[in-house]
Amino acid sequence: MAANAPALTFFALFLPFLASVLAPFLTRRLGDRAAWVLAAAPALAFAHFCTFLPEIAAGEVVTGGYAWAPSFNLSFSWFLDGLSLTFALLITGIGTLIVVYSGGYMKGHEGQGRFMAFILAFMGAMLGLVVSDSFLMLFVYWELTSITSFLLIGFDHEREAARRAALQALVVTGGGGLCLLAGLVFLWNITGVTQLSLLVHLGDGLRQSPFYLATLLLVLAGAFTKSAQFPFHFWLPNAMEAPTPVSAYLHSATMVKAGVYLLMRLNPVMGQTPAWMILLPFFGGITLIAGTFLAVRQTDLKLMLAYTTMASLGLLVMLTGFGSAHAVEAAVLYLVAHSLFKGALFMVAGTVDHEAGTRDVTKLGGLRAAMPVTFGAALLAALSMGGLPLFFGFLAKEEIYAALATGNPRAVFFTGLAVIGNALMFAIAFAVALKPFLGPHVETPKHAHEGPVTLWLGPVVLSVLGLAAALFSGLAHRYVSSPMASAITTQKIVIDISTMPHLGVPLLLSVITVLLGALAFWRLTDLRALMVRAVESLGPGPDRGFDHFVSGLVRLSGAVTRLVQPGRLEIYITATFILLAVTLLVPPFLFGELPAMPMWPKQLLVQEAAFFAIAVIGLIAVLRAKDRLTAIVSLGIQGFAVAVIFLLFGAPDLSFTQFMVETLSVVILALVMTRLRLSPRDHRPLGQTLFDGTIAVACGLGFTLLLLKSTEAPFDTLLTDFFNAYSKTVAHGANVVNVIIVDFRGTDTLGEIAVVMVTALAVLALIRVRAGKKVADDKMETRR
Amino acid sequence: MEALFSILIGLFFAAAIYLLLSKHTVRILLGVVLLGNAVNLTLFTTGRLTREVPPIIPAGMDTLSSNAANPLPQALILTAIVISFSFFAFLLVLTYRAYQELGTDDTDEMRLAEPRDEQLPPLGY
Amino acid sequence: MNTLILRTVAPFLTALMLLFSVFVLLRGHNEPGGGFIGGLIAASALAIYGIAFGVPAVRRAIRFHPMAIAGAGLLLATLSGLVSIVSGVPFMTGLWVYPVVFEVEVPLATVMSFDIGVYLVVVGAITSIALALEQEPGSDAEGGD
Repeated sequence: MAANAPALTFFALFLPFLASVLAPFLTRRLGDRAAWVLAAAPALAFAHFCTFLPEIAAGEVVTGGYAWAPSFNLSFSWFLDGLSLTFALLITGIGTLIVVYSGGYMKGHEGQGRFMAFILAFMGAMLGLVVSDSFLMLFVYWELTSITSFLLIGFDHEREAARRAALQALVVTGGGGLCLLAGLVFLWNITGVTQLSLLVHLGDGLRQSPFYLATLLLVLAGAFTKSAQFPFHFWLPNAMEAPTPVSAYLHSATMVKAGVYLLMRLNPVMGQTPAWMILLPFFGGITLIAGTFLAVRQTDLKLMLAYTTMASLGLLVMLTGFGSAHAVEAAVLYLVAHSLFKGALFMVAGTVDHEAGTRDVTKLGGLRAAMPVTFGAALLAALSMGGLPLFFGFLAKEEIYAALATGNPRAVFFTGLAVIGNALMFAIAFAVALKPFLGPHVETPKHAHEGPVTLWLGPVVLSVLGLAAALFSGLAHRYVSSPMASAITTQKIVIDISTMPHLGVPLLLSVITVLLGALAFWRLTDLRALMVRAVESLGPGPDRGFDHFVSGLVRLSGAVTRLVQPGRLEIYITATFILLAVTLLVPPFLFGELPAMPMWPKQLLVQEAAFFAIAVIGLIAVLRAKDRLTAIVSLGIQGFAVAVIFLLFGAPDLSFTQFMVETLSVVILALVMTRLRLSPRDHRPLGQTLFDGTIAVACGLGFTLLLLKSTEAPFDTLLTDFFNAYSKTVAHGANVVNVIIVDFRGTDTLGEIAVVMVTALAVLALIRVRAGKKVADDKMETRR
Repeated sequence: MEALFSILIGLFFAAAIYLLLSKHTVRILLGVVLLGNAVNLTLFTTGRLTREVPPIIPAGMDTLSSNAANPLPQALILTAIVISFSFFAFLLVLTYRAYQELGTDDTDEMRLAEPRDEQLPPLGY
Repeated sequence: MNTLILRTVAPFLTALMLLFSVFVLLRGHNEPGGGFIGGLIAASALAIYGIAFGVPAVRRAIRFHPMAIAGAGLLLATLSGLVSIVSGVPFMTGLWVYPVVFEVEVPLATVMSFDIGVYLVVVGAITSIALALEQEPGSDAEGGD
C-alpha cells in the first residue's frame, strides 16, 4: 500500500458527506445531470476499497485511524477485514448505481437536490458504520443511518403516511440504537476494550460473564430493530413510502443489513452459546415465514419486495445464529446475492412505476415490448432470487441447504422453514419479474416506454453481476465470500461451491423448492386471497400497536406535565423552598453536625447594635408594609443599614456601592410603582401565612445553622494570603479589593460587565416591544 | 460577632423567602432584593469579620496590616451587588410590562404559557 | 418631582457628581473606589438630571445612546485584556508603562483602561435602564393602565 493510505481511506470515508454537501448546489446548476457527477464520489470510494481486495483475501486486516479524544481513549479508527470490506464494496458499488438511478427517477422533482444530499449522507453514515472500529463511532454512525433513513422516508413530507412511516422507522430503529449503546457499554465494561478489533480475542471471558445474557439481549434489540426482525418488522413495509431509490438502497441492500452485519461481527465473541443459537434461529425463522406469507398477500410491487426483504433478513439471522461454519458460508453467499438481486428488482419496480404510472401488479401486463431492457434485467434478477442454476442465488441456496440438512431434528425443522420460505420467495420473484411484462397488454395510467439509461443501468449491472459472480465463482469466492466468512468465524474458510449442480440432498431440496415455488406462482391469486383472509383473522398487528404507543406516550406526557407543572408559580416556589429547608435542616440533625451554642460577642459597639436593629426593623417594615410607598422606603432602610454594616466592618467599597445601588433602586422602584395601580399588601389567608411563614423560618434557621457551623471551622487564609502578598508587589495596587476585581479576577469581571450590559439590553427590549406595535425610542414623547 | 451575623442573615433569608412565596409579583420582587442582600452578607461573614480596617495597603508598606479585613469576599460581593441591581431592574420592568399586558400582578392569573385548559398536542403524525 | 429647587440645583449636582465619579474611578486602584462605584455615581447623576429636565435633555447632553457607551466600555475592557495576548502573556495580565509627561512620571496600565471599561459599561447600562423607565409613560398615552 502507499504510504498515505490512511489519509486516503479517511478521505474515502468522508467523500460521500462531501458530495452530500455539494449535492444541492450541483443539482441547481446541472439539474438531473448532477447525478453523474455525484456518482463519482461513491465510485471513487469503491475504487479505493477495491485496492484492499488482494490484501484482505490474503487474510490480513487493515486498521487505521486518528486519535479523537485521547484522554477518553476515543479514536476515529477503522478496521477492514473480509466482512467490513465486502459491506463497504456493496455500499459504495450499489451506491454509485443508486445515485445514477436517482438522477433519472427524481428528474424534474423540485426536491432533487435535497434528496441527493440525504442519500449521499446516508451512504457516508452506512460506510462509516461498517468500517468503524471503536464502539462509539459504531454507535454514532448507527444512529446517523437511522436519522438519514428518517429523512429519506419522510422525504415526501406533505403526505401523512410518509410522516408516520418516517417517525415509526426512527422510533423503532433509533430506540434499538439506544439499546445497542447500552449493550456496547456492557461490552466495554466486561472486556475493558472499546475497539471491535481488540474484542475478537476476548470472547471467552465475555461468554462466561454474568452479564452476558443482558448484553446479548441489548445487542439483539439493536440488531433486530434495524434488520426488521419479528416483532419489530412493521416499520420496513411502511418505509416503502420513501421514493424507490431509497427502498432499493436503504431498505433492501444496505441499511437493514446493518443488524445482520452487527450479528456477524459479534459472532466470534458472543456466538456459540445456547442463548445465541436459540434466539437467533427462532426469531429469524419466524421472520422468514411471516415475511413470505405477508409478501404473498400484497399486490403492490414494492410491498411484495419489502416483505421478501424482511423474509431474507430473517433467513440471514437464522443462518448467522445457526453456528456452523457451513451456515456462515451460506449467510455470506445469500447476503451478497440478496443485495444484488433485490437492489435490481426494486429498481425495476421503480422504473415500471415511473414509466407506467402504477405498481399494482394486477393492473400491469404486457410491458415486455415497451420495456425490453428492464424486462431482461428483471428476469435475470428473478432467476437469481428464485435460486436457479447459473446464478449466484443458486449457490447461496445450495449452501443454505447444505448447512441446514445435517440430519438432527432441529435442523430438519429449520430446513422445512427454509424450503417453504424459499419457495414463496421464488413465486414472488417471478410475480414481480414476469407479471408486469408478460401476458396481454394492460392499459396503464401512463403510456409506458423504456426509461432513459439512468433508469436501466442500475438493474442491468446488478442482475448481470448476479450471473457473472456465479459463472466466475472462483474469483468471487476468493476475493469476497471466503474472506468474509473467515472474518465472521475467525477461522480460515475456503468456499468452493460453483454452479455445477452436484447430486445430493441440497440439490434435491432445491428441486423441491422450485417445484413448490412454481406451484405457488401458478396459483398465486388463490394464495393471495387465502393470505388476506388469514391475516385479517389474526386481528391488528404491531403496526396498529405503534399508533397506540405513540398516542399513549403523548397522553402520558400530557398527564405528567399537568401533574408537575400545574401552571401555578406559587407551587413551584413552595416546592423549591420546602426542599431547600429539608436539605439545610435534615442532615445536621441526622448526623449530629449541629454548631456549638453561639457566644455573645464580647464587646458589641453601640453603633453596630443600632444598625443591626435598623436592618431588622427595615425587614419587618417591608413584610408588613400596607402601601407601596412604605414598602419602597422600608426596602431602602434595610439596604442602607446593610451598607453601614459593610462600612463598620472594613468594607468601604462595598458600602459605597451598596449606597448607590439602594438609591438607584428606590428611585426606579418609585418611578415604576407610581404607575402600577396595585396594593402591595398581600391577601394571604391565615393558614397560608402560617404555612409560608413556617417554610421561611425553617429556611432562615437552616442558613443560620449552616453559617454558625461553617464559621466555627478554622479559616483557610490561602487565597487571602496570595492576594495580600502580590497586590502591591506584582499588580501595583494598594486597594486589594479593586486589584482583585480588575486584575487577578479580571476575566470574571469582564463576564460580569457583559451580564450587566445584557440585562440593560433586555430591559430596553422589554420596554420597547409593545403588544402589536414597536415604538421607536426616538419618537417617544416625554411627559412634562 | 459571626454568630450575631448568622442570626441576622437567617432573618434576612426568612424575610426574603416569605416574600418570594407570595402570589404578587411586586412582593416577589421585594423578596429578590432581600435575597440578594442575604447572600451578600453570607459571603461577607464566611470571609470572617474585622472591624473598620479596610483592605487597603498603607503607604510605604507592601502588604496589608494584620488586622485588615479580608479583601476576597469584598471583591466578590462588589460585582454581585451591581449584577443583582441590574437583574432587579430587569425583573422590575418585567413585572411592570406583565402588569401592563395582562392587567394583573397575581401569578395565578398569569396563565399564558401554561393555560388552565391546556389541550393535548396533536395525536396525528 | 419636577420642582423649581430641583431644576435649579440639578445642573450643579450632576456636574459635581460626574466629576466626583471620575475622581472615584481613577483613585480606585489605591484608595476605596473603582469602576463599579464610579459608574454608579455617574449613572445616578444622569438619572437626577433626567428627572429634573426630562429624558431628551439627558440624551442631548450625553450625545451618544447610553447603550453605545456601554458597548464601547465592553470593547475597551476586552481590548485591555487582549493587549496582553499580543504581548505574549496570558489574557488579562496587567501591563504597566511609566511615560514621563512634563517631568512627572505617570503610571498607565491595562488594568486602568479595563477599569475605565467597567465604568463605561456600568454608566451606559444603568443610565439606559433609568432613562427608559423615566421616559416610558409619555409614549403610553393610549395604552397600558
